Amino acid sequence: MSILSIENLHANVGETEILRGINLKIEPGEVHAVMGPNGSGKSTLSYVLAGRDGYCVTDGSVEFKDIDLLELEADERANEGVFLAFQYPVEVPGVTGMTFLREAYNSRLRYEGKEEADAMEFLKLVRSKAKDLNMSDDMLKRPVNVGFSGGEKKRNEILQMAVLEPKLAILDETDSGLDIDALKLVADGVNALRTNERSMLIITHYQRLLDYIKPDHVHVLARGQIQRSGGKELALELEANGYAGFDGKG
Amino acid sequence: MSIDANTADRVKELEVDKYKYGFVTDIEMETAPKGLNEDIIRFISAKKEEPDWLLEWRLKAYRHWLTMDEPDWAKVGYDKIDYQDLHYYAAPKNIDRPKSLDEVDPELLNTYEKLGIPLKEQELLSGVVAVDAVFDSVSVATTYKAKLTEMGVIFCSISEAVREYPELVKKYIGSVVPYSDNYFATLNSAVFTDGSFVYVPKGLRCPMELSTYFRINAENTGQFERTLIIADDGAYVSYLEGCTAPQRDENQLHAAVVELVTLDNAEIKYSTVQNWYPGDENGKGGIYNFVTKRGACRGENSKISWTQVETGSAVTWKYPSCILQGDNSIGEFYSVAITNNAQQADTGTKMIHLGKNTRSTVISKGISAGRADNTYRGLVKILPRAEGARNFTQCDSLLIGNKCGAHTVPYIESRNPSARVEHEATTSKISEDQMFYCMQRGLSSEAAVSLIVNGFCKEVMKELPMEFAVEAQKLIGISLEGSVG
Repeated sequence: MSILSIENLHANVGETEILRGINLKIEPGEVHAVMGPNGSGKSTLSYVLAGRDGYCVTDGSVEFKDIDLLELEADERANEGVFLAFQYPVEVPGVTGMTFLREAYNSRLRYEGKEEADAMEFLKLVRSKAKDLNMSDDMLKRPVNVGFSGGEKKRNEILQMAVLEPKLAILDETDSGLDIDALKLVADGVNALRTNERSMLIITHYQRLLDYIKPDHVHVLARGQIQRSGGKELALELEANGYAGFDGKG
Repeated sequence: MSIDANTADRVKELEVDKYKYGFVTDIEMETAPKGLNEDIIRFISAKKEEPDWLLEWRLKAYRHWLTMDEPDWAKVGYDKIDYQDLHYYAAPKNIDRPKSLDEVDPELLNTYEKLGIPLKEQELLSGVVAVDAVFDSVSVATTYKAKLTEMGVIFCSISEAVREYPELVKKYIGSVVPYSDNYFATLNSAVFTDGSFVYVPKGLRCPMELSTYFRINAENTGQFERTLIIADDGAYVSYLEGCTAPQRDENQLHAAVVELVTLDNAEIKYSTVQNWYPGDENGKGGIYNFVTKRGACRGENSKISWTQVETGSAVTWKYPSCILQGDNSIGEFYSVAITNNAQQADTGTKMIHLGKNTRSTVISKGISAGRADNTYRGLVKILPRAEGARNFTQCDSLLIGNKCGAHTVPYIESRNPSARVEHEATTSKISEDQMFYCMQRGLSSEAAVSLIVNGFCKEVMKELPMEFAVEAQKLIGISLEGSVG
């Protein structure tokens, strides 16, 4: 059974059709990269999968494990195991990262009909996850993303992902705004979270992230469709030649 | 561990539902006939076995009230109140002055039990909170009295204080809020029925939180309680006030007066979680909460701190204030006011700087959802003698949805050139980005709103004593239920 199976997916933002028939299958443990020029529909794809309001699916289907993902609300998708690492993580003033993450963690436990974790138990869990990622949990004592540097925000996303243990992680332009050191740190984090079951969908404009996170498959998204699929070498080819020939302009 | 981590735990244990305090206690009541006149006032005073001076004071207030007009400057609208259609006295029968908790009607004890306020001392939180329970017009029980008396703290109903400590009451009552102060305070002075009295003697830090729990039960009854708290030189007390009422279709009037006095180096911390019945979604029923709260920092280096979380009432009209008379005295006001559906709140504070180097801080967080209106109205006044006075005010408003309103009306008057007054104000909405971020992490839309709002209010919530913070955090979630589509 595939983790994710997208068939002929069409989606609008407002009146504009952005996704025009996407087909994509991801198996357990696979890492797929979706690359494409600006405006190709990369972020729209991640929002549609995560269930953001205002992104309207007009045709096609998305199966996650064996459920119809499009039937679920954003929070239900999250609780089923879809995690989106945001391109621009959002500030939540006055709410510490710890409180935020524990709310999230317990929401999942509740969703699964399990007992919630108490404060001590959860603290231990977070510490051990942070340690695995070579991160400090100090970030979690501060309000979520408030005053964070670009690198801190992205690391925070990875730490959240480690705690929430998703079945499918979507990384939306995780490399944007990072210098090379921060990029390495984040990539190390992502690599540490690769397992035989966990699938990842990495959305990126540049190939440099793929120097550190090696994908199993690379897809080129342009004009709302996947134009080409291949292995790692496709990313290198794009790096050399750019998106000319894919974006319909060049 | 941080308060919010701890409280989040407790909150989960508590059942989240709609207004769960809406039940009515079936108990035999003694009620004065409807209407207001001098005979009713004499009746109340006689019921309370009051001395002549107090009756005279009440009558003076009543006669003055007759000359006054109901204020209409607040940004609230409500049907005219028929003051002749109310009962001004309602008391459960057979509870005249219970000597101990054993003598209190079990039905009353049950009521408070249901409200989560157990009055049996052994059940109270390991002796950290003493409670005075006010049911309609009378105080029904005060816990831990013996222990407090031993330390010299007087904590009793104001009726009892009038009988037992007339000199103290006479000296201070009306000294902060005079009987002629304003329409509702004047009405209260004429007809107040009960409330709490606290006196903390020189040099004592009261080791317990003192708490009053107000409950309006009877129909067509106004609740006019009067609270008087005095912290003598170097004393400290933390006082909590909680309020609920049954769910009724008609509006009920609550016009309380609270007076605080701090002498040299004394401090009073006064916290309120106001959860009067707010009316239904369409604005039917609910409490009119027209309250005058004022503290006088009479002594040098004294401090009064108001913290309020206002979630209930159909209409709230309330400005807890500080008169900073003593040099170097400090006034603080921390407020969260939440209005949802058809609720209206016009609330804020007055900081009157009289003494040298007096300081005041105002942090106000207004949250508006549904069709509600929420107004911050505040006055900062620096008088000529207040050399070096300072004020910092921060007013933040949060809007949920697009049918509600938030208004900020600051009045600043400075008559001393050395004074420094700062005012900051923001208005924001819960962003769609924030909602999506929270929901993408698994939170339901209601949990997301509650979390975001609690974060928004954090600076105020951390001022609340622990037990109250838990209740308040839960209340925020409940009051905003259904506010997102």
